[in-house]
Amino acid sequence: MRAVETAQQAPKAVELRNITKRFPGVVANKDINLAVSRGSVHAIVGENGAGKSTLMKTLYGMHRPDEGEIFVDGQKVVMHSPSDAIEHGIGMVHQHFKLADNFTVLENIILGSEPHRGPALDFAAARERIVRIAADYGLEVDPDALVEDLGVGDRQRVEILKVLYRGARTLILDEPTAVLVPQEVDELFEALGGLKAEGLAILFISHKLDEVLSVADEITVIRRGTTVATVDPKEVTAQQLAELMVGSELPSPETRESTVTETPVLALEGVGLTHDGRALLSDIGFTIHAGEVLGIAGVEGNGQAELVETIMGMRQPTAGTIRLGDSEITSWSTRARREAGIGYIPEDRIRHGLLLEAPLWENRILGHQTLPPSAKGLLLDVKAAKADTERIVAEYDVRTPGIDVLAGALSGGNQQKLIVGREMSSKPRLLIAAHPTRGVDVGAQAGIWDLLRDARANGLAVLLISADLDELIGLSDTLHVILRGRLVAQVDPATVTPEQLGSAMTGAGQRGGTAA
Amino acid sequence: MSATATATPASPAPVRRKRLLPRLLLGVSAMILLFSVVRTVSGADQLTSVGTISAALGLAVPIGMAALGGLWAERSGVVNIGLEGMMILGTWGAGWAGYQWGPWAGVGMAIAMGAFGGALHAIATVWFGVDHIVSGVAINVLGLGLATYLAAATFVGVPGGGATQSPPIPTMGTVTIPGLSDAMDTLAGKEIFFVSDFAGLIGGLITNVSYITIIAVLLLVATWWLLWKSSFGLRLRSCGEAPYAAESLGVNVYKYKSIAVVASGALAGFGGSYLAIVAAQQYREGQTAGRGYIGLAAMIFGNWRPGGLASGAGLFGYADALQLRNAEAVHALLLVGAIALAAIAILSLRRGSVVSAVVLGGLGAGMLVWYLLTDTVPPQFAFMTPYVTTLLVLSLASQRLRMPAADGQPYRRGAGR
Amino acid sequence: MSGRLGRVVVALVAPLLAIAFAVVVTSIILAFTGHPPFEVFSTMIEYGTRPRTVTLTVNSAITYYLSALAVAIGFKMNLFNIGVDGQYRLAAMLAAAVGGAVSLPAPLHVALIVLVAMAVGAFWAGIAGLLRTSRGVSEVISTIMLNFIATGIVAYLLAPDRLAEPIAGSNNIGTAPIPESGRIPGLSLIPGSSNEVYGFIILAAFVGAAYWFTLSRTRFGFDLRATGANQAAAVASGVNVKKMVVTTMLLSGAVAGLVGMPQLLGASYTYSLDFPAGLGFTGIAIALLGRNSPIGIAFAALLWGFLENSAQILDLEGIPKEIVQIMQGVIVLSVVIAYELVRRWQVRRVASNVGKQLGTADESSPATTGASA
Repeated sequence: MRAVETAQQAPKAVELRNITKRFPGVVANKDINLAVSRGSVHAIVGENGAGKSTLMKTLYGMHRPDEGEIFVDGQKVVMHSPSDAIEHGIGMVHQHFKLADNFTVLENIILGSEPHRGPALDFAAARERIVRIAADYGLEVDPDALVEDLGVGDRQRVEILKVLYRGARTLILDEPTAVLVPQEVDELFEALGGLKAEGLAILFISHKLDEVLSVADEITVIRRGTTVATVDPKEVTAQQLAELMVGSELPSPETRESTVTETPVLALEGVGLTHDGRALLSDIGFTIHAGEVLGIAGVEGNGQAELVETIMGMRQPTAGTIRLGDSEITSWSTRARREAGIGYIPEDRIRHGLLLEAPLWENRILGHQTLPPSAKGLLLDVKAAKADTERIVAEYDVRTPGIDVLAGALSGGNQQKLIVGREMSSKPRLLIAAHPTRGVDVGAQAGIWDLLRDARANGLAVLLISADLDELIGLSDTLHVILRGRLVAQVDPATVTPEQLGSAMTGAGQRGGTAA
Repeated sequence: MSATATATPASPAPVRRKRLLPRLLLGVSAMILLFSVVRTVSGADQLTSVGTISAALGLAVPIGMAALGGLWAERSGVVNIGLEGMMILGTWGAGWAGYQWGPWAGVGMAIAMGAFGGALHAIATVWFGVDHIVSGVAINVLGLGLATYLAAATFVGVPGGGATQSPPIPTMGTVTIPGLSDAMDTLAGKEIFFVSDFAGLIGGLITNVSYITIIAVLLLVATWWLLWKSSFGLRLRSCGEAPYAAESLGVNVYKYKSIAVVASGALAGFGGSYLAIVAAQQYREGQTAGRGYIGLAAMIFGNWRPGGLASGAGLFGYADALQLRNAEAVHALLLVGAIALAAIAILSLRRGSVVSAVVLGGLGAGMLVWYLLTDTVPPQFAFMTPYVTTLLVLSLASQRLRMPAADGQPYRRGAGR
Repeated sequence: MSGRLGRVVVALVAPLLAIAFAVVVTSIILAFTGHPPFEVFSTMIEYGTRPRTVTLTVNSAITYYLSALAVAIGFKMNLFNIGVDGQYRLAAMLAAAVGGAVSLPAPLHVALIVLVAMAVGAFWAGIAGLLRTSRGVSEVISTIMLNFIATGIVAYLLAPDRLAEPIAGSNNIGTAPIPESGRIPGLSLIPGSSNEVYGFIILAAFVGAAYWFTLSRTRFGFDLRATGANQAAAVASGVNVKKMVVTTMLLSGAVAGLVGMPQLLGASYTYSLDFPAGLGFTGIAIALLGRNSPIGIAFAALLWGFLENSAQILDLEGIPKEIVQIMQGVIVLSVVIAYELVRRWQVRRVASNVGKQLGTADESSPATTGASA
């Protein structure tokens, strides 16, 4: 690995020197050194929890570094808030979009930098400027559309326009491709090329190494809060980068032999869900057998969440039937379904899976409060629940000082391990795993994959929903694609490539090759 | 968990405002028609007399100002249950300054006291992150206690005053449009179907209108312009819709929330000044009678918009005025209720919700039976009119409302994902 | 994590701070209005510690305790039952009317009255619960409206030709007096005092114990607390939220119905025009102060009772006794702020402890501390 020669004489667009940032109990960034040139794309890679986002927040003025200095175009700057960053021409496109759903695109873009005509807001001037910028950079949007009605790709465009509107010369993109499919990623990279040509400096945070290699001019690797190396993408492979990131070999989710049996565990037939005249799910039908992992791939917002809620009983389907084993459970309550042996790893563990201000042993009870070991008749069996929690913590390697600790104090990965342990402990027949390794660091991710594989070998049926195409392809025995509430394709996980899968997910294949 | 309403975001986008004016006219005409019919049938002339409408407009002011206060706070994302307590503080302020230095001093003091209550709520919720409803309830307790103590401490021993009331406050003038007012009054008295009721409505709106009422209307318009046409307003509303988005764009969310909550208290206090200065001409213990809460209901009914809450305040103000002035007319109101419920039941049936239609139809039938079997409504039941109206209206209207997306949610700088 | 003792100390810090702060603020107001604070407080304490006043304090506390429990049941579910006031008055009135109209052997008579009160309270609160689940009406507003409606109904029924009759020798009217078999005798618990503590104290203690047991040891209680803490997670765990809301309101209303019982069955034996009012709002303040815990609420109720009763002497000294209301208001507001601060400090401390003990630079920690990756 050879470092890039800093031969350019012109001052760097952005330079970070010896940046250190601490939080209570944790050192998030230590001695970070980074330099980005004008008119280039500089990527920052590292695994989840390495410190990338914290670093970017420092650069964007959302907090001050404890040590170190920041230079913009050669001048030292101190930023107290995002307003200062904006003034220095730094704009941030967040991973989790910061948009007001009930406002229009225009209102979202001009918020905080509104043009005036006397005391009143000059909506006309704003509209004109937005349309002009959008045309210049090829990022078309309708200024009067409500953000709520926009899809993910359009929302990202609004986020980018937000920073361009404020005259940003340096863009920070935080995991921008996390929610995009391959075709949308290509569109984004094309736009980035255009921005680069206009002389903007772009900082691109990602953990998707192949994308980074294709678009970046320079790559900086961060591991455990500190910069490990800065490399030239032309001189490095994905494998080498990965090893730099992790310090060791990356695990893969590949599964070997088939454990699929003939016994159906979950069978959906003709399931449909309509709400307010909109069809959220139409004609969904599939069967999962014991020992089988059925994966569902799709861009977020195409009905996955509704499908999961329908199977869990949180929503009632307006058509079709759901069978669990021999019983028809279409009208059963969520509690009854859980008691019948459905386990659930929710997509958003904080919202749907945990009580953050309750101790771990009470979180172990959550979801299983009517069955042993958590309950004995109508009462809670606190002693047994605590004992079982200790067992889960040991077996599933949940790093915590004790079971009386509040769930909110654990890291995301450990929380997820607790949830996986909890759900597996009730010996479910069917496990619904929605994004089971989201926000989990690589080591824990491998652990969860192993758990799923073992359970599958023991006869568990798994419904796997994920945005991680590698995870889907690697773990699934059967793989469906969901689009606009319908299952539109079934692919063979053994032979499909991420690009083909991405095509199916956006329906490109359906309409004779035109991307969405 | 939402505080003021668990509104389901039903329709994908709010109705575009283009067709507002014709719909407004249609609605008003329908209302006049309904009341006209009932007046003729029941003989309760007070239903649409100039006096009643005038009183209704007046009583709509405290409710409307409380609602406006609620709007300011909730549009910035803070739920303000403490409006009642702030209004009570306002009534004391109006009484204390009013009897000594005149009604306008009373208004000023009322606003100041209300703003003080608002400031406490802002400190608790915005700076310390206390749950909004808990803080609001605490402010109600504190406001009541403080006002009661201050009344006992400052009014006892003063001629005309006592522990539960202030000495009388000098009158504030009223405005009447001379010729038109008399003409409307005469026309209203003639009892001509529809025309007289319309005259009563117009007459009531232009006769003996207090200056406070005029200011209240101006405040409504000013709020609309400020919050929807200025950058201050856009930023304030963004705090209630997506505070972390606003924060990321450099908006000082704490600042806007604090301003909004203090303004909310000031408006509630101003509403209280009407009760003390115009309605009772003195501070009286208990004179708010829950109007702070009714104001919140008006705000919800108005879908968090100034125009909507004005009509809500008008509705509740009317119910309030009727039971205060003429218990006999409340009896006729039963018939209004019966007909209105029947109409909504039919609409419900058309929309396909059979259960709602049956329940509403049953309620309407019950009201009709009650109307037919009695001659008057006992005063204790008449007293309930505004509260029952509030409950009914909220129950019927709750489904199509949309509150600010981040309303009631705790916000802490830097805590966004 | 600190031990048991540590936790008790932390739990006490906030209320003690709040009370101290309230004393300071009240002293300022007193001084400002011309009453020397030290004398006011010492008069109150002297009067308040006399045996007779202590008994009165305990009796007030019993009522406040029940009211606060009713509110706390709602709070645990993130429901705000502001309607305890209307619920208890309507319940007391109807229960008194029933009690005065029948004649049964002693334990049954009392049981009937209590059951009627609980049923009425539950029904009244249930209306708000139903409106919330079926029409999405906030229970904050609906319970307040129902308070006023209850006032109207009680006023209507408390008339000579309906449920009440004039009481000889006064302008008062009340329901028919409850005969001996429906009364609960008092207990001489305070040495040296001539008056007795309400016998209902036993039942009140039982209700407190039941509250604690149900919430922390039963499945239903777990569901209730989970729904209050994180509704989405509770739904995913199988809780039927609508049923939960209605059930909780019914329970809260049932306990609210008991609020008037100590007074009714131990002293007045009739519901009349001067039956104590406003006890529902006191319950809210005490539930907040006691942080919804049965022991905390008990202490808070005693404190409140002490403040209320010892202030009675102030009138004789020419000091408006409403000063106590200010003190109560300030305590409530400052205690909620103090609890929030303590909670945040605790969360930060636990997070940093966990971080230290695990020794990791693990920053994918969720944003409970505001530090996010």
